[in-house]
Amino acid sequence: MLSPAELDALRVSLIVSLTAVAVSLPFGVLFGWLLARRQFFGKSALETVFNLPLVMPPVVTGYLLLVLFGRNGWLGGLLDRWFGVRLVFDWKGAALAAAVVSFPLMVRSIRLAFSAVDVRLEQAARTLGAGRLDAFFSVSLPLARNGVVAGCVLAFARSLGEFGATVMIAGNIAGRTRTMPLFIYNELEAPGGLERSMGLVIVSIIVAAAALVLGEVLERRGRRRLGASDA
Amino acid sequence: MTTLTFRCEHHYRSGFRLAAEFEAREGVTALFGPSGSGKSTIVSLIAGLLCPHHGKINLGTRTLVDTASRVWLPPERRHVGLVFQDHCLFPHLTVRENLEYGFRRRRQHTADLSHIAEVLEIESLLARAPATLSGGERQRVALGRALLSSPELLLLDEPLAALDRPLQVRILQSLRTILAERPLVALLVTHDPSQIEALDAPVIELKAGRIASPPQPS
Repeated sequence: MLSPAELDALRVSLIVSLTAVAVSLPFGVLFGWLLARRQFFGKSALETVFNLPLVMPPVVTGYLLLVLFGRNGWLGGLLDRWFGVRLVFDWKGAALAAAVVSFPLMVRSIRLAFSAVDVRLEQAARTLGAGRLDAFFSVSLPLARNGVVAGCVLAFARSLGEFGATVMIAGNIAGRTRTMPLFIYNELEAPGGLERSMGLVIVSIIVAAAALVLGEVLERRGRRRLGASDA
Repeated sequence: MTTLTFRCEHHYRSGFRLAAEFEAREGVTALFGPSGSGKSTIVSLIAGLLCPHHGKINLGTRTLVDTASRVWLPPERRHVGLVFQDHCLFPHLTVRENLEYGFRRRRQHTADLSHIAEVLEIESLLARAPATLSGGERQRVALGRALLSSPELLLLDEPLAALDRPLQVRILQSLRTILAERPLVALLVTHDPSQIEALDAPVIELKAGRIASPPQPS
């Protein structure tokens, strides 16, 4: 079975990835909806910024996060002074890196889901007495649920695999910021590492597959509820 | 006596321009015209899904829109029920939940769910999902859902267009039963002259964004 150090890496990976998904979900829903439903000044610029982490080398993303959120960075300084939160060399920094890198995948999926919701269903809800927020939570969001779940699964899987940006901002501290990919990389530095990291490699595959299956099950359940066809 | 008075101008980038003025009293009034004549624009303007460039819409003593005095009621405060051509039932809710959607959100409702369900012959469908209903059943549920939101005005946007003749007649009969019970302005939008004959109601004819004939007394 897994050694205590490997279990630590698994634990850190799960905490970091779940935190990343939980923190980015409200923003993912907000911006996914905005991009699907609204026209506003700077929309394409905003999209470009969101999608940058998808195409930039993760190390560059990590570098930028370090500049922004480092002890002397202007956001990092404020966080430290106001809330006593330090992200550098901390699992929270690893979660931030994972969230930023996986955010485009989440937003893309949620945006597509909201685009697929018939605008007239929202209009029907409004004429029946529902305000904007009410219509959003009682009609739009439940109907976009599958896409939201799919976005979370994708973001979770991407967070699990995050390496470059994590190493830049959170370092590689055993038991604190050493996630599974970092652990495997670390093992390979020493002789016999290929064999020793086998266990965690298998665990990584299992966790990723479990996330995919869970997403699929939730999606199928949602689809069944909506009925097979709507001719 | 509730009366709808409509006087609006609205234009689109495509160049289409609506400039129409009419009144509709309690009971059914037909809004008749070919597609592209502006019927849907009028429906959207009254329901609050679109804001006119100029104009004023009054329903009874209430002003729904008045561009001159910058009044604009959002759709949820207009008490205007809308029945779409393809029903637009909420697919994630049961028939009962669909019917209750508007019912629960209006504080001053007097309508009775089981009565409406009986008149529309949908009592046996309450537990079903909209996807499992036939076209006629869906349209009756959609009509019930709009009626249960205690509207003062009912907009029926080609609600019967996709149904065959016997079904159309049946739904029109249910509609008449319901309208006989409550004071309600109902605007039936249609491009089908035979529906107008069956209806025996005043007709407002629309051509290329303008009223072609004033409503005839029935």
